Amino acid sequence: MYVAVKGGETAIVNSYRLLDEQRRGDPSHPALTIAQIREQLKLSVDRVMTEGSVYDPDLAALAIKQACGDLVEAIFLLRAYRATLPRFGYTLPVNTAEMLTSRRISATFKDLPGGQVLGATFDYTQRLLDFSLMAEQETPEDPAHAMSLDAAVDEPASRSPRVVDLLNQEGLIETFAPAKDDPMPQDLTREPLRFPAERSTRLQNLARGDEGFLLAMAYSTQRGYSHTHPFVGELRLGDVEVLIAPEELGFEISIGDIELTECEMVNQFAGSKDEPPRFTRGYGLAFGHSERKAMAMSLVDRALRAQELDEPIESPAQMPEFVLSHSDSLEASGFVQHLKLPHYVDFQSELELVRRLRERAQATSGSTQGEAD
Amino acid sequence: MSDPTNQAMLSSSTPEPSGIHYAYLDERTKRMIRRSILKAISIPGYQVPFGSREMPLPYGWGTGGIQITSSIIGPDDTLKVIDQGSDDTVNAVNIRRFFERTAQVKTTTRTQEASVIQTRHRIPEKPLSEAQIMVYQVPVPEPMQRLEPREAETRTLHALAEYGLMHVKLYEDIARYGHIATTYDYPVMVNDRYIMSPSPIPKFDNPKLHMSPAIALFGAGREKRIYAVPPYTKVESLAFEDHPFEVQKWSAVCHLCGAADSFLDEMITDDAGSRLYVCSDSDHCNSRLEQANAPSAA
Repeated sequence: MYVAVKGGETAIVNSYRLLDEQRRGDPSHPALTIAQIREQLKLSVDRVMTEGSVYDPDLAALAIKQACGDLVEAIFLLRAYRATLPRFGYTLPVNTAEMLTSRRISATFKDLPGGQVLGATFDYTQRLLDFSLMAEQETPEDPAHAMSLDAAVDEPASRSPRVVDLLNQEGLIETFAPAKDDPMPQDLTREPLRFPAERSTRLQNLARGDEGFLLAMAYSTQRGYSHTHPFVGELRLGDVEVLIAPEELGFEISIGDIELTECEMVNQFAGSKDEPPRFTRGYGLAFGHSERKAMAMSLVDRALRAQELDEPIESPAQMPEFVLSHSDSLEASGFVQHLKLPHYVDFQSELELVRRLRERAQATSGSTQGEAD
Repeated sequence: MSDPTNQAMLSSSTPEPSGIHYAYLDERTKRMIRRSILKAISIPGYQVPFGSREMPLPYGWGTGGIQITSSIIGPDDTLKVIDQGSDDTVNAVNIRRFFERTAQVKTTTRTQEASVIQTRHRIPEKPLSEAQIMVYQVPVPEPMQRLEPREAETRTLHALAEYGLMHVKLYEDIARYGHIATTYDYPVMVNDRYIMSPSPIPKFDNPKLHMSPAIALFGAGREKRIYAVPPYTKVESLAFEDHPFEVQKWSAVCHLCGAADSFLDEMITDDAGSRLYVCSDSDHCNSRLEQANAPSAA
C-alpha cells in the first residue's frame, strides 16, 4: 500500500490526456477556432488581455481555448507566457483625450462637448434569454438593415475632450502635475510590490487585479465601508494610438492602435485645513471593453488615496496592504489551491500535537474531578 | 498530446531553437535572482525582495524554489526534488520533469548523489555536505505574518530586531498548553540576528539547519522574497530556558525499514482505522532496505 503514493508520473501524463478530452468535448461537434473565440467572445478576450497584461487578442483567445473557458486559468497562461518575453522598451503614455471613442458617457453632465455616445452596451438590454441564438446557424442579417446600421455606426468615431478637463476650467477638480523630473514609474512586473506603494504602482496592481475581487472591494465602498461619494465623470471606450520614441531615432513612431476602456470617477472632497473643498478623482483603465473592471478600479483607486487625502482609514478598501496583496488572481488562486498538495508531514506533526493536547486535557479534567470528589 | 505546461513553454519567444530557454528563465532574470541570492547569503535570515516572475506552475506550488533552482542549475548538476520527503509525490515528479525537460539535467533520488536538492516540507535524513545546495519552497516567508499581517510593520520589527511579538506568542502557548504548540514552520533565530521561517518543515528537521555544511536557499515566489542560511551558520530554534526546544518522537518504528530515528508518516491501512508508520524520507527508507537486503543477496 506504500506504493499508493508512487506512480505520480503516469498519473500526471494520464491527467493531461483526460484534460485534453475535457477541453475538446464531444468530438462530433466541430472544434472552436481561435478566430471564433476572438470574434465572438470578445469580452472574455478583453478580460484575459487586461489581467494577463498582454494586448494580443489572438493569444488571449488561445489561452481561453486551452483553459476550457476558465478565464482565471487563461489569465495565468498569458501571464506565464509574458513573464520571460524580452523588453524592447517602453511606450510613451497613451493620450486618451485623443481616443477615437466608440462609446462615451458621463453621468455628471446631461450634454457636453463631444456628446454622449451610447455605443455597444448591455446596459439597456432587457435581460431575456434570446432563444433565437440557440439555432445552430444564425441567419445572416438582412442586408438593407445591416446597411442602415452601418450608416449609423460608421459615423466617424469622434475625439472629445475629457470631462475632467472641462471641470478643471473652473478649478473645481484636482489636477495631477507630473512629479518633479517626471520619474519613471516602478514596473510591477519586474520589481516586487513593496509598501508604502506609490499611486502609479497601486494603479498597475489594480489594472492586473482580479475583476471579481475589485468589484467586491468597490461595492464595499458604496455600502458604508468608507465613503467616496462617487460620480461617473466619464466612461469612454475607443482606440488610442501607441507611440514609442526609440532613443536612436529621436522621434516618435506609432506602432499601432489599442482599444481601451477608461473611467474617471469624480468624488466629493470636503477639504482639509490646508485645502478648500473640491472634487477628487479615481482612475480606472483596462484593455478592450471592460467597463465593470475600469469602474471598480477607479472606485478602489480613490478609496486607496485615503491616507494621501488625510481621511480616516477604517475599511479594507482603504488599506493598500489589504487590497494590493490580495488582488492578484494568480497569487490568490495558486495559494488557495495549493492546499490540494500533499501535507502529510505537517498533518502528521499536528496529529501528534493534538493527541498530546487531548491527553493533557483529559489528565487535567480527570484530576480536577478527582479533587472535586 | 497537449500538455499545458509544455505549451506555455513552447510558445514563449526565446532564443533557444526548442523555444524554451535553458532552465526556462531568461538569463537576465536569472542574473537578477542570483544577485538576490548573493545578498541573502550575505545577510543570513534576511528576506530579500526580488522580482519574482509568473512561472508556468501556479504560485504556492513551488515557484520560489523553481526560480532559485532555475537560476543556479547547470548541465553538470544532479538534481533531486522531494515533497513531504518523498521523490514520488506528484508535485515533486512534476517539478523534476520540468527541469529534466528544460535544463536537460541529471536527476536522482539519492540524497548523497545530488548537488541541488529542491524540497517542500522536509530536510533529508542523511547528513548533507559542502557540495550540496538545499532549495526550499516557501509559502509564507514572514514568520510573524500571522501575528502582524502588515508587511511594512514586520519589516520594521526585523530592522529593529524587535521580536517581542514572537516571544509573547510562544509564551502564551506555554501558559495555555504547557508547551510551545508549534509543530512545523517552527521559527528560528539565524546568526543571532534575524528570526526566520524555516519553511513548513517539521520542527523535527530544525536541528539539521544548525551549522549545516550545505547552503540553504529559501524561495517564496508568491510573496517575492528570497532568504538564505550560509554554510556553518548558527540556527537556533526559539525556546525558553525552562522550556527548551524539543523535537517529535515516535513510539513506533518504520514499518518497512525499521528506522527508529527518522520522521514517520502515519498511514491508515483499513476501514477499522488500523495504522502503521513509514519513513517520510523515501530515499532514506529505500537505501536502508537495500543495505539490509545486500548481504542476503550476496
